[in-house]
Amino acid sequence: MAGEARPGVGTAPERRSPWSLNNPRVRAVVYQVALVAAVVLAVWYLAANTAHNLEVRKIASGFGFLEREAGFEIGESPFISYGAADKYKTALTVGLLNTFRVALIGVVLATLIGTVIGLARLSHNWLITKIASGYIEAIRNVPLLVQLFFWYAIISENLPGPRDAVNPLPNLYLSNRGIAFPVFASHPVHAWLGVALLAGIALSWLLARWASARQARTGQPFPVFSAGAALILGLPFVVFLVAGAPTTLNRPELSGFNYTGGGVLTPEFAALLAGLTLYTAAFIAEIVRAGVLAVDRGQFEAGAALGLRPRRAMHLVILPQALRVIVPPLTSQFLNLTKNSSLAVAIGYPDLVSIANTTMNQTGQAIEGIAIIMAVYLTISLSISAIMNWYNKTIALKGAAR
Amino acid sequence: MKRTAVWAGALALAMSGLGTAQAQSTFDAVKSKGYVQCGVNTGLAGFSQPDSRGVWKGLDVDTCRAVAAAMFGDATKVRYSPLTAQQRFTALQSGEVDMLARNTTWTITRDTSLGLNFAGVNYYDGQGFMVPKKLNVKSAKQLNGATVCVQPGTTTELNLADYFRANSMTFKPVVIEKLEEINNAYFSGRCDVLTTDVSGLVSTRASRAPTPADHVILPEVISKEPLGPVVRHGDDRWFDVVKWSLNAMIEAEELGLTSKNIDQQASSTNPSIQRFIGATGDIGKMLAIDNRWAYNIVKQVGNYGESFEANLKPLGFERGVNELWTKGGIMYAPPLR
Repeated sequence: MAGEARPGVGTAPERRSPWSLNNPRVRAVVYQVALVAAVVLAVWYLAANTAHNLEVRKIASGFGFLEREAGFEIGESPFISYGAADKYKTALTVGLLNTFRVALIGVVLATLIGTVIGLARLSHNWLITKIASGYIEAIRNVPLLVQLFFWYAIISENLPGPRDAVNPLPNLYLSNRGIAFPVFASHPVHAWLGVALLAGIALSWLLARWASARQARTGQPFPVFSAGAALILGLPFVVFLVAGAPTTLNRPELSGFNYTGGGVLTPEFAALLAGLTLYTAAFIAEIVRAGVLAVDRGQFEAGAALGLRPRRAMHLVILPQALRVIVPPLTSQFLNLTKNSSLAVAIGYPDLVSIANTTMNQTGQAIEGIAIIMAVYLTISLSISAIMNWYNKTIALKGAAR
Repeated sequence: MKRTAVWAGALALAMSGLGTAQAQSTFDAVKSKGYVQCGVNTGLAGFSQPDSRGVWKGLDVDTCRAVAAAMFGDATKVRYSPLTAQQRFTALQSGEVDMLARNTTWTITRDTSLGLNFAGVNYYDGQGFMVPKKLNVKSAKQLNGATVCVQPGTTTELNLADYFRANSMTFKPVVIEKLEEINNAYFSGRCDVLTTDVSGLVSTRASRAPTPADHVILPEVISKEPLGPVVRHGDDRWFDVVKWSLNAMIEAEELGLTSKNIDQQASSTNPSIQRFIGATGDIGKMLAIDNRWAYNIVKQVGNYGESFEANLKPLGFERGVNELWTKGGIMYAPPLR
């Protein structure tokens, strides 16, 4: 009843009804439930509609096509042997290995070239700075696809046919089918060489740890670099000599239309690698330059004050601090390079996207094909990110973590 | 209260929108759109290629125009989507184009698991090889170890692998999606051999070779490639229209009707001609289109022979097996009655 007195009625605020939408907590819950329901509804509708339409049109679905015979040849399959009688899943594996091949080599080369160019742009030599700037500006502003076509045209149109191949060194032939070079004939000692190489790397890592512990204790330096190099190169060499130094070569020979035997670097691979590496190196150069410029000017002067030469100062003082700024955008560039390798389909390099496209076309199952491509690239990208994040943590300044 | 109403209204709208997004049949969709969206080749001389003023010309283009003439009485109501071999089936399956007239081979895989229907054959072809004369190759059986240029996602790719396997030969493929790029690769010497349908080889040699006389097409034809227009599964009425538009062009040549003489022939007493031009019978009603559909096709596009003469004869094609069955070929249209 109105007017009835309640204790404290004049001072207490009016109580809100617990379940009405005027209560902000109730509102928040209702909106979130509604949003989740809308998203789930949209996803369910898309999936159901797609399945219904596939059924009505009698388009095949499911991943059973992976066990069917592929029926097409692949231009390059350097790691596993593949023929037209193999299954679709083998063809896709060949594509995946080709993508890895180009991505790994591309990442390593792009980082090396990019770092050199980035540091060159910071040089005190006017000519070197200008050349580096010109390279970066030119390469960054031209679309990657155009650059790939350019490299492919240069490489495949400027070399003669295989019957008139250029022969600069014995057993080395340059033609528009690629560079044919001799490789060592397969020999059982090659497995042992691999083992020796890994053993050399492991031993030199242990040596480095022991040397730095000893230097911390007694102050005595140790030539870790030379000793490590001796181990990594020496151990396999010793194994090689012990096995009798087998040097039989598998030589390329012109037979009929092409060179058989030996190894071959195809124009497609060379063009893709050149285009991707130089393009990404331009971006990495700018990232490296940004990282070095981010280090306080005082650090350079402190290094000079300690008597370090400019290159030693860069190596010991500046770069470790610059790496904290460099590594996160560098991860993005690695991911970009891996994904840009899918442009291989435009110049004929059989990477994963190119082979998956052919598979989608021959089987008509576009949804499964795209799902495979997306899953593979997602896995590769997440792996690269995980590795780089781990590396980022190891180089972070101790105690500066946020 | 107002906000609740907004949310409730938005959800209700979304639900109702979901309900009405049913797939319309292609026939009704094309009728309400007012034009036919036709998937064609990116540029194959004689089949579908834009001329110097950007007007599309070719045998496949004429097939599209015939369908438009049948549906709307106007052969200009077509829009063209140039598609590469890898894009063509996804574009048709997803509804981006209403039909394909893109020198596509009729195979059982495409007819079944890709969910497509082939509306007839407008060119009977086969796969062949083209090599430069200076390689001194006289037969396809001498091609062991050669580098072969081929487009991906085609029957060409599969037939090539089968042929070389069957003859115990090996080859290295160079596989590039774009037609212009694969032709460049062949003419620049990256490959020894170009392989595609013989019609494609003749067309490419005539239109793109720097010196056509330097290239020879080998005598072996290693496969059957019946090329024809394609539509999606589940659209029977549209399938009928496309199928019978092509049949009308072939039947017109058999009846002796051309775009030039069809008006005079309209007064002919031949019952077949009367039925064809729609003066008697109601075939148009059976297809749910205008009764003068076949007359419109012949008047505005021409018959099959005229289309062949205008598009393919200048490039050096002979009728060969694509002649009418009454003249020794295998072009045979079912009767229009």
